[in-house]
Order: sequence, then C-alpha cells, then structure tokens
Amino acid sequence: MSRPLVEVKDLAKIFDVSPPWLNRVVERKPRQFVHAVDGVSFSIERGKTLALVGESGCGKSTVARLLVGLYEPTRGSVEFDGADTAKTLASSGALALRRRMQMIFQDPYASLNPRWKVQDIIAEPLREHGLIDGVDAQRARVAELLQSVGLTAADREKFPHQFSGGQRQRISIARALATQPEFLVCDEPTSALDVSVQAQVLNIMKELQRERGLTYLFISHNLAVVRHVSDQVGVMYLGRLVELADKAELFARPRHPYTRMLLDAIPDIHMTGRSRTPVQGEVPNPLNPPSGCSFHPRCPHASARCKSERPAMLEFKGVRVACHAVEEGRI
Amino acid sequence: MSTPLLEVRHLRVEFPTRRGTLLALDDISFDIAPGEILGVVGESGAGKSLTGAAIIGLLDPPGRIASGEILLEGRRIDNLPYEQMRKIRGRQIGAIFQDPLTSLNPLYTVGQQLIETITTHLDLSQAQARARAIDLLEQTGIPAAAERIDQYPHQFSGGMRQRVVIALALAASPKLIVADEPTTALDVSIQAQIISLLKRICKEQGAAVMLVTHDMGVIAETCDRVAVLYAGRVAEIGPVHDVIHKPAHPYTAGLMGSIPAMDEDRERLLQIDGAMPRLNAIPKGCAFNPRCPQVFERCRSERPELAPVGAGRAACWLHAEAEAAR
Repeated sequence: MSRPLVEVKDLAKIFDVSPPWLNRVVERKPRQFVHAVDGVSFSIERGKTLALVGESGCGKSTVARLLVGLYEPTRGSVEFDGADTAKTLASSGALALRRRMQMIFQDPYASLNPRWKVQDIIAEPLREHGLIDGVDAQRARVAELLQSVGLTAADREKFPHQFSGGQRQRISIARALATQPEFLVCDEPTSALDVSVQAQVLNIMKELQRERGLTYLFISHNLAVVRHVSDQVGVMYLGRLVELADKAELFARPRHPYTRMLLDAIPDIHMTGRSRTPVQGEVPNPLNPPSGCSFHPRCPHASARCKSERPAMLEFKGVRVACHAVEEGRI
Repeated sequence: MSTPLLEVRHLRVEFPTRRGTLLALDDISFDIAPGEILGVVGESGAGKSLTGAAIIGLLDPPGRIASGEILLEGRRIDNLPYEQMRKIRGRQIGAIFQDPLTSLNPLYTVGQQLIETITTHLDLSQAQARARAIDLLEQTGIPAAAERIDQYPHQFSGGMRQRVVIALALAASPKLIVADEPTTALDVSIQAQIISLLKRICKEQGAAVMLVTHDMGVIAETCDRVAVLYAGRVAEIGPVHDVIHKPAHPYTAGLMGSIPAMDEDRERLLQIDGAMPRLNAIPKGCAFNPRCPQVFERCRSERPELAPVGAGRAACWLHAEAEAAR
C-alpha cells in the first residue's frame, strides 16, 4: 500500500480561555482550558475523502484548521506527503506547501471580499504564489477555472453580491483550485445552501475529485451528505474521535453508541409517520467534560468502568472504535 | 370533513419599493384542520416564513397584505386592528421562531416571561400563573423546572431555550401554533428531541401546527400534509406520503431527488439547474418553467392553477394535459 497523503498522529489543540490576570487574582478564579481537539489520529489516502462528523463544539472545525496550519497544534503532528506540516510552515518551504493544500469555508457570504471582482478574488492565489505572470494569462486561467465549476468567463467582471449562495460557493471552489492543490479541506461547504443548490455543489466536488484526483477532508454535521461524498468517516465527540470506519461499514454496522444515536436521530424522508425514541441529554460543557468516556452520561450502555476510565481507540475488523462496551463485547 | 381551523384564501403579500411593487406571495391558498400538522417547505426566498408572518399578523413593513383573506375558525383575522390581533396572538395562535436566543428577552428570567404571557391571556393570579409556568416547563421536559424558572435565558443551552420558547407558545393553550424553522439552529440529536416534543404536546393539547422548514426529513416525520412553495406560489399540496413518494410537480420531484438519501447509493444527485428567480424577475407562465425538465409551450405563456391530482393538488400543466387527453 502506498503512503497516505495526510497522516495525523495524536493531534491535540488546547485553548487557554482563562479569565484575565486581574480577575484571577482578585476573584480567585482558576485558569481554564478547553481541550478542543484531544488526541485525534487518522490518515487519508491519496484521491480519497475522509469525512468528519459530529455536533457543534466537537472540534471538527478545529481539526480542519490544524490541518492547513491556521492553528498550531499543542501536541501531536500532521504529516503531509511525509513531511511535518508545522515544521515545513516554519521553514522556507511554507509557500510550496500552502500551494498544495487549500481550504473551502462554510459561509460563502463571509469568505469572499465584497469589494473585489471575481477576477481579482480568483487571481489572488495565482499572484500570491507567482504561478502565472501577465494580466492576459491570468485572465485566461481565471476563465478556465470558472468554467470548471460551471460558471462563465463573463462572470469575471462581477462582484460577489451579484451571485447567489450556490454560485458564490462555486467561486470559493474555483479560488481553492487556482493553485492546483492536491488536498482540499472543506469545512461545511454546503450547510449554508438550499438542498437543490447543495446537490449542484456536491456533484461538482465529486466530478473535480474524479478528474483531478483530489484528496478531501470533508467536515459536516449532515450524515446524509457525508454518506454521499465520503470513503471513510470519522465520528467526533467532545474533541475525540470515537469511531473511524469505511463508509459502508459505518452506515451498515455502527459500533459506537454515539454513532448509533446520530444515525437514529436523523429525520429521513422515507420515514413518513414513523416515530423514533430520541436520545436524552445534551452535549456537555467542553470546559468541564465528564470523566472517563465523555459520552457516558448519555450512553445507554454505560458501566462503572466507562465513568472512570477513558477508552482507547481499538481496532475491530478494520473499524476503529473507542468504547469499553464494544471492547468487552457487551454491544 | 369538519370546518378548517385556519383558512388562507388567495393571499397576496406585496412589498412596495422605489423600483415598483414586488409580489412576495402570489395567490396562496390552504387550510389547516383542527389538530393537524401542516408542513410548509421550499427553498430560501420561496415565501415560507412570510406566510407564517402574515398569519400571525407580524409582516414587517413595508410588506402588506394586498388581497385575500385569512380566517381563523371562520372569522377574518387579516384586517383586525393591531390591539385585537395582539389578543389573538398568544391566546389563539402561538408562535415559535428559529433562533431561541433572540426570541427570549435576556433581561428577564424565564419565569417572568412565562408569567407575563400567562397573565396577559388568562385570568389567573400571580401564584396560579407561576404554578402553570412550572407545569409548562415540566411538560416541555425541562428538568428541575421549579428551580430553573428563576434563571435567565443565557443560563439555558440552545435546546433548553427552544423548550422554553415552546412553553411560551403553549402558555395560553392556543389552537394553532406557527413554528418557523424551530429546529434549524439546533444539532441533530437535539432536533430529534424538540420534534418529538412538539408532536407529543400538540397531540395532548389538540393544537394544530403550521411547521415551516426547509428540512424534508423533519417534514416527512412530523407532518400530516405538506405544502411546497416556489417563488411565492403553492406548487403542490397534499398528504405527506404522496408528496414525498409520488410528487406531482416537477419541482417537488427535483427537490426530493436532490436530497442525499441514507439508504441508497447514487454517484450523482439529481440536480435542478439554475436558481429560484428573484421577485422582480418571475418568469411569465409557470414560475418554474426555466428550470423544469418537462417544460412545454403552454408553461411559458399561461400560469397553471392548483388542480386536484391524486389525493392532493398541484399547479402544473402536465396534469391538465393528461386530464384533457383522457
């Protein structure tokens, strides 16, 4: 087997959210830390898609930002094509590495500069990386990029406000493709879009992957979308990966109780009239996560061991799960 | 069939602007029976929320009802003076909005807000109102309601806040609840809790619900009937099972096909090309004709009216042609 393109080992990011020094001294408040990402490991094969799912605050966007180097990891490492990302970004190879990985953001209204024309927006990475010299050559390249995402060359002269949400997201994709990257990190690229427009964007993303052999990290909270785009799925809960499996396996035989709960919670259009038993409880405060397995207060299979001991990621028939109940064969 | 609780007849809502009047809702008609849950779906800008706002009498100016009627239990409510409408709102029609943080006042405790609503609409003393408030919070599944009633909205999580908003909407036992995207701001596991709560409470109290959402999954699970809106018009309305599995309108079919399904694998999702037209450029004839895969001559010139198709009604010339050919 060839080496994976992206390899993440024991990645962690801890944010210091302590009150200011004066408050700590006067009001005797303690220092506080949020373990946004707490020991996550996975790898992504070239040309494949890994999806990370989870509810708000589980750390999936933080993982995305760590991968492209927008945050510095507190612990652990991200290797891209065999080289440590944090080290490369600190060295002279930073620009070359940034050219190879790009990011698509969630909100197409906030991620495009409203005062720039589409031509300038998409040509910015070309100028920044010194890829194409000359105005005419750049214009030709921008036209090509726009056409590859289903827009036209005439759209170069327009401003972002003249486009709908779906079209803006295509502009973001065209901008991300400008440097001919190998790896795209997509942070909820369709959650701000309507379903019919979401279908257009997902179709384009899949076509581009086939044509160019792109590797995706796809972040989403929508399991149906994840099922459509991904090859592998990682489920996150409170900063930790609780299950990592091939798509077909995860959807057919979810192991971790949290994965089961998520799959059961999604309303499905084929379930007219069927009623479900919704899970109790809510995501705990990440400032004060539960001891042991962080899912135990909501878990129907929790035992005394779950409350005290944090489960490790173990492999069961190609599926990696962090759960005592699965390990003990209780479920 | 018994008389409908709510009747909306040929409702037109317009927004006068400097560049001419925009017609945001164009000839919308539907009924809601007592105790029924009607889903209203459509993409952003289809007019779903506006329909809800028109019913509860909270259209933002300069928006106004240009023509048509809204009747609650046979009585017109669209032309009532503000004060009279204010009494109906809360007493007979409850409202739940998308964002539970902005629909609660951060400066008052949850209890103060509930008690205010209860005493405004019902003839109860402060102590009775407080007991009812605690009772409502318990019904909506808030643990330790007797203590939490004196807390402020910021001390509640998103899902708990939405429960408080539901308790507020139910405070005076209204017959109709207009719920505008009640779960859009919530996570899936919380969404499931809120939806089943809404279903259970409405059943217990016999309240009808107009559920506005863009999530077809929520509609499929919750509603009895569903209305599909497109560019301010009703494209299709019918029993939820029929609309989802045997859509009569090509737009509904496209909408259903574009949703990634949990139980089948497709390489490509069905996509509807293009986007919904802007209000100032709604095409002649059927509003969907430029995007419709089955468009023909008549669609471009004449506007289709809602006509019976199967158990529901759809506004599409395909069915009229099929009918004529028979």
